[in-house]
Order: sequence, then C-alpha cells, then structure tokens
Amino acid sequence: MNIIVCVKQIPDPAAPGALNSESHTLKRDGKLVIDDSDMYGVEMALQLVDAAGGGEVSLVSMAPNGETSGMRTALAMGAAKGVLVSDPALQGSDALTTAKILAAAVQRLGGADLIIAATESSDGYTGTVPEQMAEVLGLPSVTFTKKITINGSTLQASRQTEAGYDEVTCALPAVISVTAGVVEPRYPSFKGIMAAKSKPVEQVTASDLGVTPVGWDGAGQKIISVTQAEARQAGEIIEDDGEAFNKIVGFLENLKVI
Amino acid sequence: MTLNNVWVFAQATNGVATTATLELVTKARLLASNVSVFVSGDGAAIAAAVGDFGATKVYGADCGAHLPGVAMAAAMKSVIDGGESPDLIMFPQSYEGRDAMARLSVKLDKTVITNNVDIEDSGNGVTVTTPIFGGNTLVATTFTGSGPFLAAFRPKSFAPEASGGAAAAVTAVVVPDLGAAGSAKVTAVHVEETTGPKLDEANVVVSGGRGLGEADKYAMIEELAKLLKAAPGASRAIVDAGWVPYSYQVGQTGKVVKPTVYIAAGISGATQHMVGMKGSKNIIAINKDKEAPIFGIADLGIVGDVHKVLPKLIEALKARG
Ligand SMILES: Cc1cc2nc3c(=O)[nH]c(=O)nc-3n(C[C@H](O)[C@H](O)[C@H](O)COP(=O)(O)OP(=O)(O)OC[C@H]3O[C@@H](n4cnc5c(N)ncnc54)[C@H](O)[C@@H]3O)c2cc1C
Ligand SMILES: Cc1cc2nc3c(=O)[nH]c(=O)nc-3n(C[C@H](O)[C@H](O)[C@H](O)COP(=O)(O)OP(=O)(O)OC[C@H]3O[C@@H](n4cnc5c(N)ncnc54)[C@H](O)[C@@H]3O)c2cc1C
Repeated sequence: MNIIVCVKQIPDPAAPGALNSESHTLKRDGKLVIDDSDMYGVEMALQLVDAAGGGEVSLVSMAPNGETSGMRTALAMGAAKGVLVSDPALQGSDALTTAKILAAAVQRLGGADLIIAATESSDGYTGTVPEQMAEVLGLPSVTFTKKITINGSTLQASRQTEAGYDEVTCALPAVISVTAGVVEPRYPSFKGIMAAKSKPVEQVTASDLGVTPVGWDGAGQKIISVTQAEARQAGEIIEDDGEAFNKIVGFLENLKVI
Repeated sequence: MTLNNVWVFAQATNGVATTATLELVTKARLLASNVSVFVSGDGAAIAAAVGDFGATKVYGADCGAHLPGVAMAAAMKSVIDGGESPDLIMFPQSYEGRDAMARLSVKLDKTVITNNVDIEDSGNGVTVTTPIFGGNTLVATTFTGSGPFLAAFRPKSFAPEASGGAAAAVTAVVVPDLGAAGSAKVTAVHVEETTGPKLDEANVVVSGGRGLGEADKYAMIEELAKLLKAAPGASRAIVDAGWVPYSYQVGQTGKVVKPTVYIAAGISGATQHMVGMKGSKNIIAINKDKEAPIFGIADLGIVGDVHKVLPKLIEALKARG
C-alpha cells in the first residue's frame, strides 16, 4: 500500500494574516509550517500503511523558496520521501493550477494506491484542490472523509454530509480528502526528527513537470480591491457578580424573544 | 461583458429546493435574463419552486448511487458540449456544490472563486466579494478571460425573493459514462436527527464551546435551547472532540447563521467561528476570559463562568414557565 499525502506549508497560523499590498496575495515571507489540517492526512496514511503490512507514505507539496520545514515535520512523523514543487513562476497560482501541479508531482512519484489531502487548507480554504486533482488524474474521489478502511483494492469510507454521513465504497487508486479531528496525529519522536533530516525531498519546477501556464498567467482571476468591512461594535460587557443571568433575561425580554 | 445566461447548481432535500438554492436563483435572476438550474434527481420536483424564483429551465440528472459532484459535473459538461453557453455558473458553498464545481473547473479549464458573499456585473467585468480574516477584510476579485465563470457562494449571501414566475421547463440529462472517476458509490445514508428548529433557520441559536469543559455539560446548552425554542449549535473544537455531531457546527466550515439572538457560551471567538455568526442581529457572549475575542462583537458580554451563569439562567427561564 503506497500512499501520497498533500502537505501544504503555510505561514504560522498563530501570527495574524496579512496581504501583500501590491499583489494582494497572502504574505508568505516568514518561515512556513505544516498546515495542521494536513497532519490528519499524514497520520491516517501512516496508520493505513501499517494496517496493510507494507508500503510507504510519500509527500507532495508546492511552496515558495524551496521551503521544506513543514514537509520535514511529516517526514519526522514517519513519511519516507517527498517531492517539493518550488518555482517563482508559481506565485499567484489559483487552485486549479495548484491541483495540476500537485497531480503532476503525484505522477512524478509514480502514482499511488491512495492520495490524501485535507478538505480545505487553513490559509486559503478554497476547498477544491483535492477534487480538482482527482479529475486531472482521472481518479474517483471521496471528499469529507471521516473514517476509512481498506480491503484489498477497495476503500470503505464514512463521508460527512450536511445531514449526517454517507457510507461510500470506492475502487483504488483514489483521492480522498479528510476532515479535521479524524485521527490523533502522533508527535514526531526525537529519532524521527533526526531521521527526517536525511530523507529525500526532490525539488522541481513547474516546467520540470511540464505544467503551463502557471502563476498569474494561468489564474483566470484578478484581485481588484481589498477593503475593510464595517466593524461590528462591542456592546456592554459586565463581570458576573452572581446576578448576570438577570441581565440576559432582560436583554431577551427587550427583544421579545421571551 | 454582460451576463446573459446564468446557471445555478441547485440542491433539494426530499424533492424540496434548499433555501440556498432559492437565494442563488433570486440573485441569478437579478443578474441575467436567462436562468437555468441543474439538480441531481428529477427536475420536475423543483420546477415550480425555482420557476417561482425566476428560473426558466431546470435540468435534472439521475446520479444513481454516484457521489453527485462527479456525476453532475459530467452532466453539466455534456449540456455545454451540446451547445449551451452559460456565462456564469453559481454554486452553493456546500459539499456537493464544491465537488461539482471542482470537477467542472478541470473539464472546462476554468478557475473557481469560492466563499463569496456577493457578485456584481459592472458591464465590463464580473466581480465577486470574499470576506477573509474572519470577515474583517473584503476582497473583490474579477474574473479574467472568457466564461463560464465558476463561483461558489456562502449560504445567506442573498435574500430569497419570489418573482412569481411560471414553473421552469424540465429537461432530463443523462449522466455520461464516468469511467474510473465514477467508481465511488454511496451504499448507505445516515441522517443525524436534531429536534427543534433547524440551526440555519432558527430565530435563536445557543452555541457551546470548549469552555463547557466536558461533553456532558453540553446538556446545559440543549436545555437552554429548548427553553428559548432555539437551535443548539457548537464551535468546531467540540465537534472535533466528538461531543456533538458535525451538523451542529457554526462557522467557516460549518453552518452560517443569522438569528435574532446568538448566545455563545464558552466560545473564544476564533475568526473561523465568527464568520459563521457575526451576521446575527444580537450576540450574547459568556466567557470567563475578559480578553476573549468574542467580546469584541458581543452586544451583551458576561465575563463569568458558564457553569454558574447558565444554570441560573435556565432556572430563571423555567420559573417564568
Ligand atoms: C484568502 C484566500 C482566498 C483564496 N481564494 C481562492 C479562490 O477562491 N480560488 C482560487 O482559485 N484560489 C484562491 N486562493 C489562492 C489559493 O490559496 C491558491 O490557489 C492555493 O495554491 C491553493 O488553494 P487552497 O490552499 O485554498 O486550496 P484548498 O482547496 O483549500 O486545499 C485543500 C487541500 O489541498 C492540499 N493542498 C492545497 N494546496 C497545496 C499545496 N500548495 N501543497 C500541498 N498541498 C496542497 C492540502 O491538503 C489542502 O488542505 C485564495 C487564497 C487566499 C489567501
Ligand atoms: C480551516 C479551519 C476551519 C475552521 N472552521 C471552523 C468553524 O467552522 N467553526 C468553528 O467554530 N471553528 C472553526 N475552526 C477552529 C477555530 O479556529 C477554533 O479552534 C475553534 O472555533 C475554537 O473553539 P472554542 O471557542 O470552543 O474553543 P477555545 O478557542 O478553546 O475557547 C474556549 C473558550 O472558553 C472559555 N472558557 C473556558 N472555561 C470557561 C468557563 N468555565 N466559563 C466560561 N468560559 C470558559 C475560554 O476562556 C475560551 O475563550 C476552524 C479552523 C481552521 C484552521
């Protein structure tokens, strides 16, 4: 069982986000970290390979400036190798271009039985890349997966829906996107962190992968303005002295809700 | 360009068009004179409803056990290949909407813009508005190149208004052979029933977060909700922790709610939570940390312990009968 996990490397979510004032893209000049949302995919892949009794987990990522620190976290958790697509020409790429790039990186690794991504990234949250990647690769997909088991060449998944969940079966190879909280990501061990340093990450450009056009040219969209929304004003804030519940009752009465 | 032909990706539950569908059809009618909708299943079931809101055509495609996203995208592509040329296709920001849009974007080699709350056709460009950073910043993006433009909209972005149109004309579309991509099949459907009003339609919403401390304490939220004829909601933290089903989640990746009153108990007010509830008319927050971001948007903020405030509030409401 060979699995490829998409690992997005993003600005530290603890730092407030900011847009570049000229290009209107998200500032990504600081050190990047693995998107938390992708930790679930990495953990799930490691567990599935374990359960299958053989195979390996590989990574694909697209990120600026040859960034690999987020990938190293996943390698430290137990992934074996990765492909990083890093290329100044990719700046300004839209989700469709990203999906084409990631699909080409998957092919460069020789494909896999299963490809895992998160349902949406924490910084861009366009939420379409996994399904677009599946279409580019001509593969079936199960999005919003909460649980998955694999029997031979078929996967069984619970897929979240607006009303509850569906049970879905699907032939491999396939692409799945996983929701947060589905598994408990492991902490990399010290040994894992040391080993990760020497695991192979091949760095390639968009043209190495034969994907054109990319970046602004391929995007089909242009940000024209960024404005501040009208801020909501804070109202009355009180410390509970044991009687604050009365304030709430009064507030609800005023609105004729009770 | 001026929009002439707009498509809406419609959804229906048990043959009834969803509110999000009617919101998009309303907006589509205001943008263009020709509005068609696509729905998984029998188009006839929703023909009268979407017609009433301004659609003139409804295409229904029987997706069988396929996941609707992949099958609907193929069906839409086949209608385009058959000669129809939509300028814009509007999708709801829902699971099926996202999947269908993503598949179609590859088939048409067109960009997607998601999470929008507004759209404008200025005559020389179609521009969508997307809130980012928890809704504090609005980004306006214009589609470049030729259509069809693919855009997804958050629920409640537009007010649904009937125009009294006649039932839409129904066309059945055959889902083309999906090849390997069609191998994902639904084998069972599970509905997690909630009682009381629906979260995204309720007049009052009472949500709990990690500040409740443990799963059992969510019972306080349910009790309070019942007394206020409210829908119970939740932050993602307690959905991920398995305290309540996902269908309770409010926020960027959950439901968008705009009730008359929203009560947030033990919720910090992360940007991803706030985008789902800051459109509420009145917000009451209970949090023991007076620095919690939720207080920045609350009309009434109680700095206090939910385990003290909620039981007293529940008692007081019960006493009123
Ligand atoms: C606030 C904001 C809004 C944006 N809105 C849009 C939009 O509406 N349409 C659009 O086309 N672009 C949009 N973009 C640009 C978008 O972020 C980039 O196109 C990005 O390369 C991919 O989008 P995403 O992370 O939003 O993808 P998503 O579809 O949210 O990603 C889902 C999953 O795919 C995998 N994945 C995605 N990107 C990578 C990567 N680089 N490396 C490895 N794995 C990855 C991850 O597992 C991720 O969790 C937006 C950017 C920002 C900052
Ligand atoms: C891509 C992405 C999408 C997301 N989508 C969503 C979404 O749709 N919805 C969502 O909600 N979140 C979403 N999140 C998660 C979000 O960032 C927060 O992690 C989450 O909202 C926090 O939930 P919380 O407020 O319950 O928990 P916390 O942030 O842990 O806050 C708990 C609060 O309870 C208070 N508290 C503790 N004890 C008490 C007490 N006894 N009495 C009173 N107050 C107390 C604390 O002071 C604290 O403010 C998303 C995150 C990402 C990255």
